[in-house]
Amino acid sequence: MSEYILGIETSCDETAAAIIKDGREIASNVVASQIESHKRFGGVVPEIASRHHVEQITLVLEETFEKAGLKMEDIDAVAVTEGPGLVGALLVGVNAAKALAFAHNKPLVGVHHIAGHIYANRLVKEFEFPLLALVVSGGHTELILMEEHGDFNIIGETRDDAAGEAYDKVARTLKLPYPGGPKIDQLAQNGEPVIDFPRAWLEDGSYDFSFSGLKSAVINTLHNAKQRGQEYKNEEIAASFQASVVEVLVEKTYRAANQYGVKQVIVAGGVAANKGLRNAMEAKFKGEATELMFPPISLCTDNAAMIAAAGSIAFNQGHRATWDLNANPGLDLERYARRKK
Amino acid sequence: MNILAIDTSNQVMGVAISKDGQLKAEHITNMKRNHSVGLMPAIDHLMKETDTLPADLDRIVVAKGPGSYTGVRIGLSTAKTMAWSLNIPIVTISSLELLAYNGQGAVKYICPFFDARRGLVYTGLYEVIGESLAVVKEEQNISFESWLIQLSELDEKIVFLSQDLELHRSLIISILGEKAVFPKVNALHYPRPSILAALAEERAPEISHEITPNYLRMVEAEANWLKEQERKKDE
Ligand SMILES: [Zn+2]
Repeated sequence: MSEYILGIETSCDETAAAIIKDGREIASNVVASQIESHKRFGGVVPEIASRHHVEQITLVLEETFEKAGLKMEDIDAVAVTEGPGLVGALLVGVNAAKALAFAHNKPLVGVHHIAGHIYANRLVKEFEFPLLALVVSGGHTELILMEEHGDFNIIGETRDDAAGEAYDKVARTLKLPYPGGPKIDQLAQNGEPVIDFPRAWLEDGSYDFSFSGLKSAVINTLHNAKQRGQEYKNEEIAASFQASVVEVLVEKTYRAANQYGVKQVIVAGGVAANKGLRNAMEAKFKGEATELMFPPISLCTDNAAMIAAAGSIAFNQGHRATWDLNANPGLDLERYARRKK
Repeated sequence: MNILAIDTSNQVMGVAISKDGQLKAEHITNMKRNHSVGLMPAIDHLMKETDTLPADLDRIVVAKGPGSYTGVRIGLSTAKTMAWSLNIPIVTISSLELLAYNGQGAVKYICPFFDARRGLVYTGLYEVIGESLAVVKEEQNISFESWLIQLSELDEKIVFLSQDLELHRSLIISILGEKAVFPKVNALHYPRPSILAALAEERAPEISHEITPNYLRMVEAEANWLKEQERKKDE
């Protein structure tokens, strides 16, 4: 008999639910985006996000079940993002998940949001270990080594801004409308990287990242150029900035992949949709034995299919959440991986 | 009719189960705690105590605020998802109205309030009419001082109910003097989920999808944005 996992994700500004069959097949995947509501504020307003989640949650669930042609009775477990994320937003999903699991006497499984981003790729292709995942989004920049399912070791992470955050800040400096990250990528496609922005390599052998210096360099360069009466095109700034971010991401991922002899490299998270990053990664790994994988764009941004996919693994490994499950805005991935069953 | 009542809108967390108009179990905590941790274990416990299965429930009632934004959302997310998935009616009741029922029978007017910081309160005014309460002044988020001045124009005694009473007792007395009545029994300042369950019997059910919290206050960022738009229009 098939296994059906219901996933729920409300960690930021997408209210999402999905049903995954046998851990790898999407039965339905519904995302209600709030981008339009937050646009006018130039970023996500947590209280507004939480208010939308509570309005949307049952509507999104209903659509998810309708599209899959399934009922709550058909579900084997309810998986929900317990963290990290915005606490008020997470709480809506966590409590809805508990209500469903309780009302229908189903097991409840808590999922780490980043584990979800990685497992988005298992909806495309089965994992082969050891595996290296580069998770890049508005909130995360992490290199994660996996020796087996459900095992997560962070070998590198950002020491300040996340890559996506740096994109958004530079976009704001260029006065691009929210969300600015994808627009920088578009501009970069049409510009030359004429400015040599710094690359933060940090100490020898470190797989950590740092993007706040780069962001300041962009702001300073623009300021100085203006004072000299010199002008750069937005396309040139975007291309130069992106070249710096991408070079560091690609190079560190490549080095780590070699050091750990991984079979697969997964690039996941919202910034995995970035064309510049995709192209540079593909060029770097061309002809290598390591298999390079990107989830489809629709699974790169936040969704619940990835939460159900990661939830399926946790469920089969025997993990069960209890009725006191709480939202955990600062949930640590490695601690999550070592949690008790 | 088997009713599950949930209130997580303020510091008091309450769950109750009633069957055919009779209270079977009631659970209250009054701790500065995250209701997301305590709510479902409390529901689970009371359901077991009363031999009730989720499928036996005929109705869910939830206090919809005002109160803590997060607290209200915990209760509503739980209640509306459960009601929707069990396909049973849901009823929402104002958290102020719920508290007001603790003052029924004392004097003509009842003023429940929750402290909303910076001199503001969430409050409303209720009048006892027979066995139920009627709204005399709509619920609002208002400076407590100007609210009390409005109340002082009424020539009647008013009973005040609030867990935050001690923060405001002297202000109330300074404006209303003898007209202000305070119940001696401290427990009357805490909302009871058993009352929520009782009120739910005769209320008209609502549609789960359409249930939203009663925040009584706009998100600050939104209020500022609207002000900015007004300013731009004037220019
Ligand atoms: Zn994400």
